[in-house]
Amino acid sequence: MEENILSLFVKSIFVDNMIFTYFLGMCSYLAVSKNVKTSMGLGIAVCFVLVVTLPINYLLETYVLKAGALAWLGDEYKDIDLSFLSLIIFIAVIASIVQIVEMVVEKFSPALYSSLGIFLPLIAVNCAILGGSLFMQQREFPNVGHAVVYALGSGIGWLLAIVGLAAIREKLAYSNVPAPLRGLGITFITVGLMAIAFMCFMGVKF
Amino acid sequence: MSKNSNVITNPLSKNNPVIVQVLGICSALAVTAKLEPAIVMALSVTVVTAFSNLVISLLRNTIPSRVRIIVQLVVVAALVSVVDLVLQAYMYPVSKQLSVFVGLIITNCILMGRLEAFALGNKPLPSFLDGIGNGLGYGLILIIIGAVRELLGSGTLLGFRVIPEVAYEYGYMNNGLMILPPMALIVVACIIWVHRSRNKDLQEK
Repeated sequence: MEENILSLFVKSIFVDNMIFTYFLGMCSYLAVSKNVKTSMGLGIAVCFVLVVTLPINYLLETYVLKAGALAWLGDEYKDIDLSFLSLIIFIAVIASIVQIVEMVVEKFSPALYSSLGIFLPLIAVNCAILGGSLFMQQREFPNVGHAVVYALGSGIGWLLAIVGLAAIREKLAYSNVPAPLRGLGITFITVGLMAIAFMCFMGVKF
Repeated sequence: MSKNSNVITNPLSKNNPVIVQVLGICSALAVTAKLEPAIVMALSVTVVTAFSNLVISLLRNTIPSRVRIIVQLVVVAALVSVVDLVLQAYMYPVSKQLSVFVGLIITNCILMGRLEAFALGNKPLPSFLDGIGNGLGYGLILIIIGAVRELLGSGTLLGFRVIPEVAYEYGYMNNGLMILPPMALIVVACIIWVHRSRNKDLQEK
C-alpha cells in the first residue's frame, strides 16, 4: 500500500482527524479547551510528543516486535513473534519519552517549559499518542518517513481541533445556554457540530 | 457493609465517570455505533478497572510515589493485553470491530483516575468494588448510547430487526447520520441534559 506523502499528510489532518473521527485524546481536549492560549500550549506539546514517539515505536515494531522482525539477528530468531508485547512496549516507550522530553525541554528551553508547564506529564496518558502508535501498527507504513509525516499530520489536526473549540468556548461564555446544558453539555454539542463540519473533507484526494 | 455498597452504587448516577467526571470519553464515543461492541467494551473495561484497582491497592505501600505512573501503566497494560488476547481468541469479529480501542483502554482516563484517587489510598476489597462500580457506570452510558444509535441508525438491536418491515414500506427511513461519529457526541450531550435536569446540584453556573 504505497501512499503519496502529501496526501497522507493532508488526510491525517482533515479526514482522519484524531478528535473528530476517532475521538482520541478527548479527556484532555474537553478539560483544557477553556481558553485559546493554554489549548495552544497543549496542542503543541501533543504534536511534539507524537512526532518523537511515533518513529521510535515504528522502528521497534519493524525491527523487534512484528512476526519475523528479529530475522536480522540470525536465522534461529526468524520465527519469533513478539507482537503480544506491543501494548506494554508502546506505553513504556511513551511514558519514558515523555519524561525525557520533559527533562530536555526544562534544561535547554526554560521558556518553552514554563509555557507547556503541567501539560507535558499529562500527555503520557493522552489517548491520541497511544492511538497514533496503534494506528501506525495497523496501517503498516512502508518506511519511517511515512510514520513521521503521519505523526505530524495527526498532531496538527489535534492542535487545529483544540484551538478551534477553545475559540468557540470563549465566545460561548457570553451566551445564554439552558441551565442543564451549561458547561459540559453544550461543549459536547459544539464538538458534534464541528465534527459534522469536518466530515465535508471526506474524500479529499491529492 | 453499607459503605461498600455505596462504593458500587455511587458511580452509577451521582458520580458517573462518563457524564459527571468526564473521564474515558474517547472510547465511549468511538465504539458505540452498534450495541454489541458497546457491551463487550463495557465488560472489558469493568474487568480491567476492577483488577487493576485490586493489584495497585495490594501494592500501594510498596510503590515509590515518583515512579507510580509508570508502575500503574505497566500493570494496566498487562491486564489489557490479556483482555485483548481473550477477545481475539473467543470473539474475533467483535475484536476486529473494536480494533485499536481495546488497546486504548490503557490510556482510558477512568483507570488512571480511579487508581490515583481511590486504589492508592484504600484497602483491596473496597478498591475492587470501586473498580466494578466505575466500570458499570461507564458501561451503563455506553449501552444507552449504543442502543439509541443502533436502533435509530440501523433499526436493529444486537443485530436483530426491531423496527418491522411494514414501517419501511410506509416510508420509514433509517437515520444514517446516527451511525456516523458526530452523533455520538450529540447523544452524550442529550444524556447529560436529561441527567442534569433531574439532578439540579450538578448543574454548572
